[in-house]
Amino acid sequence: MRDVAVVSFAQSATRRDQTRNEVEILLPVLREAMAPTGLTTHDIGFTCSGSSDYLAGQAFAFVSALDAVGPWPPIQESHVEMDGAWALYEAWVRLQHGDIDTALVYAFGKSSPGDVARVLSLQLDPYVTGPLWPDAISLAALQARAFLEAGHDEKDLARVVARSRRNAVGNPHAQLSGDIDEATLLDEPLYADPLRMHDCPPISDGAAVVVLAAGDKARELCERPAWIRGIDHRIDVQALGSRDLSQSASTRLAGEKAGVGGRADLAELHAPFSHQELIVAEALGLDETATSINPSGGALASNPVMVAGLVRIGEAARRLSAGEGERAVAHATSGPALQQNLVCVLEATS
Amino acid sequence: MTAEPITGIVTPIRLDYTYTPGTSPSQFLRGMKEGRILGRRCPSCAKVYVPPRGGCPMCGVEFAEEVRVADTGTLVTFAVVNVNFANRVIDLPYVSGEVRFDGSDTTSMVLVQGIPVDQVRMGMRVKAHWLPRDEWDFTFANIDYVEPLDEPDADYESYKEFV
Ligand SMILES: [Zn+2]
Repeated sequence: MRDVAVVSFAQSATRRDQTRNEVEILLPVLREAMAPTGLTTHDIGFTCSGSSDYLAGQAFAFVSALDAVGPWPPIQESHVEMDGAWALYEAWVRLQHGDIDTALVYAFGKSSPGDVARVLSLQLDPYVTGPLWPDAISLAALQARAFLEAGHDEKDLARVVARSRRNAVGNPHAQLSGDIDEATLLDEPLYADPLRMHDCPPISDGAAVVVLAAGDKARELCERPAWIRGIDHRIDVQALGSRDLSQSASTRLAGEKAGVGGRADLAELHAPFSHQELIVAEALGLDETATSINPSGGALASNPVMVAGLVRIGEAARRLSAGEGERAVAHATSGPALQQNLVCVLEATS
Repeated sequence: MTAEPITGIVTPIRLDYTYTPGTSPSQFLRGMKEGRILGRRCPSCAKVYVPPRGGCPMCGVEFAEEVRVADTGTLVTFAVVNVNFANRVIDLPYVSGEVRFDGSDTTSMVLVQGIPVDQVRMGMRVKAHWLPRDEWDFTFANIDYVEPLDEPDADYESYKEFV
């Protein structure tokens, strides 16, 4: 395998943005991510993006988003109708070909124009489950119920939320942050039993950009690159009744293939719902006493759909490059109730 | 016994959106409401885009100044339409053209009227015919069509990159 590293990362503030369109959100983030590398669009070997046109309800939004890159003369480019973490995976595979040394990965999403919990229902099978229109929050609540019935306590969920809010205080890109104790959280009314409002993610619009480079090029562009030591993604069966929702078999397998080995200084886990962070951490064998989990606050603090997974990789890499640790695990999820999962192991040494 | 094949099911889908066009497109739409065609200039290559979206797609940079372009222009190419679209009923045949409004570096698709179809030509100088002022809304459709100007045709060299 060719050594590939994250050499730069930038993200937008995440909030409901009723002024700017996707290109206008993306442009300053692209500039910020490219600046420290000194590269221009035409120095980049391959560009890959992740987004979904269903979010803002505009067909071919991913084509007009390319305006932000300035793709003229034509560039080598691709797109996935998925979270940007999967665009990063494609770019990593492309770098393995060996003929190019750099890749640009970006993701953007505006969840606020539509009813995102209903939009996400279109991921369900169109014959049996889809026509019932279960929204994403109700499906997450079904999973949370299965998780609690498997021997967990709602205090565990409150603990995850309290930590997320506390960690997010130091994250200028987060939407929700603060010092709230667990008892106060448990006093809140139920929203989608057993979930409370704070167990669910905020509605976020945003964009993120990662620059990847291989081998010596990475060392040239970044003082302390965050090397991708393993990356893998797996998917569970589509029918929700055919899998144990209280666990995540696909995360476990992806973690094994990526070589997590239960060891990490920090982990950024893409868990839009509080119980999902516990399911993912368990599947990856990560222990909160040894690993700092979601030091950014995670997706409970800001959840730009199609972007939040790439942000996990970017945040983990940024922290390693800044010397906050030597080994990190980043995770991204897609589909209802943790259906599909990607795991990336990153390392940085001086 | 063989079951009859199921050849289709109906599963209604409806999603509602409150769409945000963005800063530059919103400015363009506000201009149309006032009878002005507003574009934006790229600070890097100086091209003027009408309507502007987010940034210059050639350079990948954010737009700078707002530019008002004229409602006169050059017909750079056109098609004679002999079949009506379901939602647009105009006397056939009619001409659909691409017009580069003076001061713009992009073209816009508009209806060409006021001239027999067989006399329409590339390079023809045209002027926007606006709907009555009290019908103006936040839409490019305020320009009902373009009609010929009494001017010599533009030189091919002046519009060849838009053909
Ligand atoms: Zn330009």
